[in-house]
Amino acid sequence: MKWKNVFTIAKKDWIEVRQNKYAMVAMLIVPAIFVIIMPLVFTLLIPSLDVAPQDVISSDADIQFFVERMPLALRQYIDFGKPMESMIVIMLGFMLAPMFLIMPLMFATTIAAESFAGERERKTIESLLYTPATDADLLIGKVTASAIPSILVAWIGFAVYTLILNLAPYRFFQRIWFPLPTWWPLIFWITPALVAIGISLTVIISARVQNFLGAYQTSASVVLLVVLLFTGQMSGVLYLSVGVEMVLGAVFWIIALVMAYFGFKTFNRGALLTGKS
Amino acid sequence: MPNVIDCTKLSFRYNGVHALKDFSLSVKQGEVVALLGPNGAGKTTSIRVLNGLLTPESGAINVLGFDPRQDGAKIRAQTGVLTETPALYERLTARQNLSFFGSLSGMSKQEVDDRSKTLLDVFNLQQRSGDRVETFSKGMKQRLALVRALLHDPELLFLDEPTSDLDPEAAKQVQDLILEVSGHENRTVILCTHRLYEAEQLCDRVAIMKNGRVAAAGTLDELRAHVFPMLQVNFRTTGKADAELAGILSQMPGANEVKVQGDGEICLVVDSEDRIPAMVNALVNARAAIRAVEPRRATLEDIYLRLQHAGEEKL
Repeated sequence: MKWKNVFTIAKKDWIEVRQNKYAMVAMLIVPAIFVIIMPLVFTLLIPSLDVAPQDVISSDADIQFFVERMPLALRQYIDFGKPMESMIVIMLGFMLAPMFLIMPLMFATTIAAESFAGERERKTIESLLYTPATDADLLIGKVTASAIPSILVAWIGFAVYTLILNLAPYRFFQRIWFPLPTWWPLIFWITPALVAIGISLTVIISARVQNFLGAYQTSASVVLLVVLLFTGQMSGVLYLSVGVEMVLGAVFWIIALVMAYFGFKTFNRGALLTGKS
Repeated sequence: MPNVIDCTKLSFRYNGVHALKDFSLSVKQGEVVALLGPNGAGKTTSIRVLNGLLTPESGAINVLGFDPRQDGAKIRAQTGVLTETPALYERLTARQNLSFFGSLSGMSKQEVDDRSKTLLDVFNLQQRSGDRVETFSKGMKQRLALVRALLHDPELLFLDEPTSDLDPEAAKQVQDLILEVSGHENRTVILCTHRLYEAEQLCDRVAIMKNGRVAAAGTLDELRAHVFPMLQVNFRTTGKADAELAGILSQMPGANEVKVQGDGEICLVVDSEDRIPAMVNALVNARAAIRAVEPRRATLEDIYLRLQHAGEEKL
């Protein structure tokens, strides 16, 4: 494998995605919602309305259930004596956490689908396959093109989220309160694993479907994992404590490695050309 | 000259259907060879197999001294392929496309820049090199795809239907450019085309494909001698009854299928051009006035159609 080829392919794919306005809009809307809009709604808009924060919590049965079932290890981060603070910590520090994973997953599956199936759909794949780049160069190059921006967007998004969550409600907290310890494994352990699952699934699917949308829709089903985490937490079945996250992350990495192995096994020039692996 | 391509009895199937079956072909260095055949004859598949994109199920294969099944990357480093569609990255500029493909071919940035400049000048694309490919006409895209195929100065060039989608003027431009690039003394060119005229004009040898195999291969004269060993000759005469002259000609050694076409025209086939002077003499002796003697050699089209509709022959 030649690293020069890997980065040449990754750079080209990234330039192509940037030129695809629809893909870019789709990829930017989700981070904008999770990283900027939702934190600002909870930290600036709701406090400015004439609504008591304890009413927000007590009026929603789901939220109340979520708080009541919360393990002590997590409750220690919530100061129930300060209603506004506790509402912000519950909503933005805990409940939204699994949804934050959607962002890198969307990036990963969009770029990977564009990169593998999209190339075949636009019939550019053949000229790429006629280059001296090996199958490993192509695969690693395209995986790099999808993985690096996806993980970067999660980390940069996390940095911006941290900034907003500490600055916007500073008048209530009067201190740096975010990130909570549960966010570190979420961002640096679970996120890369989910990205790896999303990309591996797209690689496997892209060898079988003919177009970008087919690959994207199927691989985007990995988002269901995130929805499961969210509903698991909301239903009080699975709270994302540090310990739970470490175990979950390990499970995701095992799934990712198994899928990556199958993706690597099924990836070859012939499969990309003929749609058979 | 050594052979750059040597393959024997290659077979490859798509979804159980043979795209190549007992495909055999040898090409010497510096030759320009046309692969002719209808859609589905296996022309594109053979290019893919020779470049290591598809793995044949059986047969022996050697391209530029390597087996594509093991050393596809080494082969592709020395081949350039113009695919049936230009297959360029439409959202990138011409220069970005060339920079990408040049880099993957192992060229340095400086080499890519220098070579791109030269080729873009030759192919009259320099002024549009900073524009996105999606703004190019079909002819420009095809020229740029040809630049891409030539960028790393390949020893072996594959051109798959280079003019099939172009209007006559753009096709002529591309044909002229092919003639120019195939003039390179060590470069071998394989041209897949439906255009028989193009093959006749540009190629040293022709391989006619049918049902995934090479039905016949050789120079035009070799194919003609093999597929149409007889020569058709038309005599245009005055002064004597056609039937009488036809009778004289049919008695001549080597004359076959003598037919009166009417209006002083007699048509026959002979086994050799050398028979014609004796026939002319015989007609003159019979006091016929000969207006014209027109030997008609079989064209590539005649040969192609005969092979597509008849059994297979190998030279």
